[in-house]
Amino acid sequence: MIEDAPPPSSRPLFHRLGLRDGAPIDFTIDGRPARAMAGDLLITAILTNRSDLRRFEFGEAMRAGFCLMGGCQDCWVDLADGRRVRACSTPVEAGMAVIVEGRRA
Amino acid sequence: MNATSSPRIVVVGAGPAGLRAVATLAEAGLKPTLIDEARRPGGQIYRQPPAGADRPAEALYGFEAGKARALHGLLDRLGAAVDHRPETLVWNLFDASLDLLGPNGFETVGFDRLVLATGAMDRILPFPGWTLPGVYTLGAAQIALKAQGVAIGRRVALVGAGPLLPLVVHQYLKAGAEVVAALDVTPLGPKIRNIFGLLAEPATVAKGVWYTLRNLLAGRPIRSSVRAIRVEGDGRVEALAWTDAAGREHRIACDAVGASFGLRSEAQLADLAGCRFGFDAVTRQWIPVHSAAGRSSRADVYLAGDGAGIGGADAAELQGERAALALVEDLGRPVDGGRVADLERALARQRRFRAALEAAYPFPTHIAAAIGDDEIVCRCEGITAGTLRRTAIDRDVAEMNRLKALTRCGMGRCQGRVCGQAAAEVLAAARGVEVEAVGRLRGNPPIKPIAVKEALR
Ligand code: FES
Repeated sequence: MIEDAPPPSSRPLFHRLGLRDGAPIDFTIDGRPARAMAGDLLITAILTNRSDLRRFEFGEAMRAGFCLMGGCQDCWVDLADGRRVRACSTPVEAGMAVIVEGRRA
Repeated sequence: MNATSSPRIVVVGAGPAGLRAVATLAEAGLKPTLIDEARRPGGQIYRQPPAGADRPAEALYGFEAGKARALHGLLDRLGAAVDHRPETLVWNLFDASLDLLGPNGFETVGFDRLVLATGAMDRILPFPGWTLPGVYTLGAAQIALKAQGVAIGRRVALVGAGPLLPLVVHQYLKAGAEVVAALDVTPLGPKIRNIFGLLAEPATVAKGVWYTLRNLLAGRPIRSSVRAIRVEGDGRVEALAWTDAAGREHRIACDAVGASFGLRSEAQLADLAGCRFGFDAVTRQWIPVHSAAGRSSRADVYLAGDGAGIGGADAAELQGERAALALVEDLGRPVDGGRVADLERALARQRRFRAALEAAYPFPTHIAAAIGDDEIVCRCEGITAGTLRRTAIDRDVAEMNRLKALTRCGMGRCQGRVCGQAAAEVLAAARGVEVEAVGRLRGNPPIKPIAVKEALR
């Protein structure tokens, strides 16, 4: 195993295809600055920055949503202000502080 | 119903069926309320991107751009004739009232007549690795592209068991995404054998052939009869492996997989309404029964669109209008008999087409049969197939709701939307009975989770 390889989750999952443009929107994931684009749903905002969005409650695994249509409920994420939102149906907002791994920084 | 005031009519769902229903009701001089979870109308098939992510209809909907534009423009055209409630979840139905959670918090709305046009989501069957980050439904892969202009990964493998597969492959390739594999878990033979039935809707077939040829020319032919798909990866998707028709093993590196196996109806509200359900042996699922006109077993509830059995977007528009006309007629108001006859003819043609399409894409029993004991079936609660099988035998469980009570499978946040059909297949196989015999998960309010913060607002 290569010691200094980044953890798998730090590489983005979703891939922007250059089909649209939008003003940058700054938010944070576990206290670290992250950038999204106007028009992004929160799931897009998170997964263009990393590969998962929450820890599974009943095991070690991470989860990254599944259906993108508000059906599976796999994409609920915590925000530092106490809100819990469904990332596939919630637009990203500037300053949103997403908690994925629990560090609020 | 109060004879002196106008009847309260509610339509749930702003996809093709619900939108056609409200247009028809409004034209009949009734003022329907239209409730939908999304901000903007269109449903999933004609889903509109969120504000700021708009693109031209041609880019988003291809051949269907005209239909999408017409539906999206309906509510603007109808204006105050429709009481549109976007971003509103119907989380319960009790007696003749709906419990809502919308931008202004909780509300209860009564109805004299209700049209349910609640749509569908992907039909899901577990396979090794299906809960890894990077595995999505085929529908999700399409929504990522349509609503957000993103691909679910840099190297994407797509797996399906229905007409959505060639379409999403085509859309991904056209958008410049890299599709590393396109796999159909159903055989090619039935598609050829059912071509005459499919030709009941020649334009739809022509589009399917067009997507297939384009995919072929782009070097991404769809491989049929694929079996034993499994996703590999440590913490995220790294590869997809499968077995081909000849029994050869394949493995391809990828970072995302879009996989699902046809569609299933969203019928929780029909269930809470007490509508009678019937088992459809072809799609192996329970659907609320209704007449050709859309009347359910309950006199004040009408059903239209994919929520009442999968029929596709064109059939949904026809059903929405037909159900609305049935409602108007049941209120004792005049309807255009010629229009009713036209709709019924078109719907009969759609039913012939749908029967051929279901035969062309048979339910992939081999995927369901191969679900391993350590595979998670219920992704909300992390319940494995092994737990379900052991419980079925050790506790002598013969029925789905008992299985749910004992294992928590289907009790989680999704209420069995994702695991319900697979769990029924596992239970039936473990008991050696037909899947029909194990019944179906009953719906419970709230049919979708209500965030605590929302509840207190
Ligand atoms: S990804 Fe399924 S509800 Fe959000």
